[in-house]
Amino acid sequence: MSKRIDVKDLNVYYGSFLAVEGVNINIEAKSVTAFIGPSGCGKSTFLRTLNRMHEVLPGARVEGEVLLDGDNLYGPGVDPVTVRTQVGMVFQRPNPFPTMSIRDNVLAGVKLNNRRISKGAADALVEKSLRGANLWNEVKDRLEKPGSGLSGGQQQRLCIARAIAVEPQVILMDEPCSALDPISTLAVEDLINELKDEYTVVIVTHNMQQAARVSDKTAFFNIAGTGKPGKLIEFADTTTIFNNPSQKATEDYVSGRFG
Amino acid sequence: MTVTAPVARKRSALTKGQLPAFAPYVVLAVALVLGAAILALIGFNAFGWGLVSAILFAIGLVGWSAAVEGGRKASDKLATCLIVGSFLVALLPLISVIWTVLVNGIPGIITPGFLTTSMNGVTGALDNKSVDEGTKVLGGVYHALLGTVQITLLATVISVPVGLLTAIYLVEYGNDRALARAITFFVDVMTGIPSIVAGLFSAAFFFAVVGPGTKTGAVAAVALSVLMIPVVVRSSEEMLKIVPNELREAAYALGVRKWRTILKVVIPTAISGIASGVTLAIARVIGETAPILVTAGFATTINNNVFGGWMASLPTFIYTQILNPTSPSNPDPSSQRAWGAALVLIILVMLLNLGARLIARIFAPKAGR
Amino acid sequence: MTTNSLTTSQGAGRAGDKVFSGATLAAGCLILVVLFGVALFLVVQAIPALVAPAADIQGGNGFFAYIGPIVVGTLIAAVIALVIATPVAIGVALFISHYAPRRLASGLGYVVDLLAAIPSVVYGAWGAAFLAPQISPAYGWLASNMGWLPIFQGPASATGKTILTASIVLSVMVLPIITSLSREIFLQTPKLHEEAALALGATRWEMIKMAVLPFGRPGIVSAVMLGLGRALGETMAVALVLSSGALTASLIQSGNQTIAAEIALNFPEASGLKVSTLIAAGLVLFVITLGVNMIARWIITRHKEFSGAN
Repeated sequence: MSKRIDVKDLNVYYGSFLAVEGVNINIEAKSVTAFIGPSGCGKSTFLRTLNRMHEVLPGARVEGEVLLDGDNLYGPGVDPVTVRTQVGMVFQRPNPFPTMSIRDNVLAGVKLNNRRISKGAADALVEKSLRGANLWNEVKDRLEKPGSGLSGGQQQRLCIARAIAVEPQVILMDEPCSALDPISTLAVEDLINELKDEYTVVIVTHNMQQAARVSDKTAFFNIAGTGKPGKLIEFADTTTIFNNPSQKATEDYVSGRFG
Repeated sequence: MTVTAPVARKRSALTKGQLPAFAPYVVLAVALVLGAAILALIGFNAFGWGLVSAILFAIGLVGWSAAVEGGRKASDKLATCLIVGSFLVALLPLISVIWTVLVNGIPGIITPGFLTTSMNGVTGALDNKSVDEGTKVLGGVYHALLGTVQITLLATVISVPVGLLTAIYLVEYGNDRALARAITFFVDVMTGIPSIVAGLFSAAFFFAVVGPGTKTGAVAAVALSVLMIPVVVRSSEEMLKIVPNELREAAYALGVRKWRTILKVVIPTAISGIASGVTLAIARVIGETAPILVTAGFATTINNNVFGGWMASLPTFIYTQILNPTSPSNPDPSSQRAWGAALVLIILVMLLNLGARLIARIFAPKAGR
Repeated sequence: MTTNSLTTSQGAGRAGDKVFSGATLAAGCLILVVLFGVALFLVVQAIPALVAPAADIQGGNGFFAYIGPIVVGTLIAAVIALVIATPVAIGVALFISHYAPRRLASGLGYVVDLLAAIPSVVYGAWGAAFLAPQISPAYGWLASNMGWLPIFQGPASATGKTILTASIVLSVMVLPIITSLSREIFLQTPKLHEEAALALGATRWEMIKMAVLPFGRPGIVSAVMLGLGRALGETMAVALVLSSGALTASLIQSGNQTIAAEIALNFPEASGLKVSTLIAAGLVLFVITLGVNMIARWIITRHKEFSGAN
């Protein structure tokens, strides 16, 4: 249950503004890839193009190809909704649906799409997803309580459980720990390590130590100046990026000289 | 190291040249006594006493302050007096209206049969008889209450879908397009349509389409919808706007379609605010008189068909009972019925307002643990 | 190249999106159609009155001779109402925003909103049954002591059912509108401006004069304009309170009439050309209030662009 992603010559525009330019990247299945770089370098924007979430913003469009196991996400006739069922996403701030219980939050992807599911199958899916998100033991006695009553870290893991309940091929995470305290962050990082056994995980992070801890490969994005497009500077094994980068800018960034 | 001894306590230099804290109370007491004395000379009444005392209080306090504290402080005190005074003045009509309605309305509302009978067969002769013989006033508001409920219900059924869908268009699909801006602008314009013009529009529309002189509950409901739709659009729009974008994104990221996201995530999150906004909109139109006056005619009997025949409503009932008493020579029974109906109407409106607050509280998304 | 597996999707869901967004668009357009319809139907039904021979219109001198006095009456009633309501409304708004204790403020705001919740017909009944008789001695005093002013020329109405009474009732009805809008504007005053004034040693009133009122001026103006729109179109307060008649300058005699009340009093029994005349009168009222409201909205939008509040 995981697919690889190959990006060819991708440009992202907001209206006439070129936000990200000329990205080529090959992300292996069942691996964790981290995107790092200074604020505004387009790493989150690029991440959102991997499941067409950028289209939610008016005026956003892309040129180029994103291939999910060879299928172009931007091919003619491709429905973004289908793309998003295969490429799930976890956001910066935990966002459980406030009107739903913990159980309904996990089942949201199934129920909101009006798919019929038996009670037994639903229970099994809830348990499997919550176990997959390392949350089952903490919430199994209060599945009918509102999801917004959990702590921040628990809410974020609930959002991860919600994302894996729709059984995607790829999980994108947009700075999933930036709103969490250190202990919750650790729990989520442990979870990311386990997720790569089954899913392709792509994570955007501001925290270089986090990238070093969780990822197999790291991509460094940078921006030449305000108003200029963001670019992929270097993409390599995480150890290479942090210990022996080939680009000067990467070295400056990971050694803390800017950004 | 030398330790400076604490400065001995004394009367703070910072409070010098100020009125003592008890000054307003002293002035108030003096003003009340003086006011009572003046009123005693020209005939005492509570309203006059309050007014004269308030003026004396303002003059006394400002004058004293001007003498002790100087002009700047005095004008500050004067402004405070005027501002607090204006609030008290604004309360007067509210208290007076509610008091008048209670005093005059309770005899009407406790008359047996007031809420359960219509005006069918109640004639001037019967009213004259009840005045002459001191028997109970016949007739009631049942038909008007029924009419109000039917007309308002139909207006709600028309307005809520149109208003809510428009609000959804503006928030979810509009994207600040020219059409969305035009709709926003004209919704604002619609808010300002005088209610009688809304009534005339509906009347003119049905006169042209169905036939001259068409007056039914439905015509009135259309008129009320013209008044209600902009209110529903506005309040629903506000409520949809405060639903965090993150929730929409979360749903999209799960592969949920936009229309399902709106129906299953956005609206449930905003439903408490939308429902309370709709309730307030109902409260607003339920008391409208003028549009019903020109669209539903006057009925004295029960009419259960909102699409056929004249229909009574509480506001028009009050209006006609006051302006055209059933018995022109003895208007008291009519006026008693009118005030009774006014009390019923105010209770309805207040219940709707209270209901709106309760809905907002009860259905709000729960955040507790 | 193999076929793209992502193109297979449930067609029904896609159609749902189209249908739903179409429905919301239709609802939005319906509003535009309704507003256009309001104007269109009023014009169509009013035309007979505008083209009829002058002698057939009530009064016998044509439509404009008929509508002129009641337009003036409408303006008189609305303007007096605003003159009374505006200072009180601003005072109440300032009281709630800057004087009342914080905990009480929202409760007091709700009390003022209650004024807006009371149905207009109840205000009308209150004005006719309570206010008019209470206030008529004051009219008598005005007539005998200030009768040299044309507006207080006697003999004063014995019932108190005059245009001034109607205006007072109107002022109570527009008070909550002006209050709630100005209160919102006052609360938006940048805290920095207020604190800067207080730090200079200004008293509370000086701070309000320096920071709050200048900032809120456009907001107050548009609030008053919206109140004017409401006062112009209000029917019941006038229809029940005023014992109408020909246009007179005196505010304390019976006489004068407003458009809305004229329609309410005559429409139910009207037929034929009279219906058209009244609808034409409604059209005139519509145009006047439309103009007033548009000016108010225009001031608000212009204010939004130039204020530093956001």
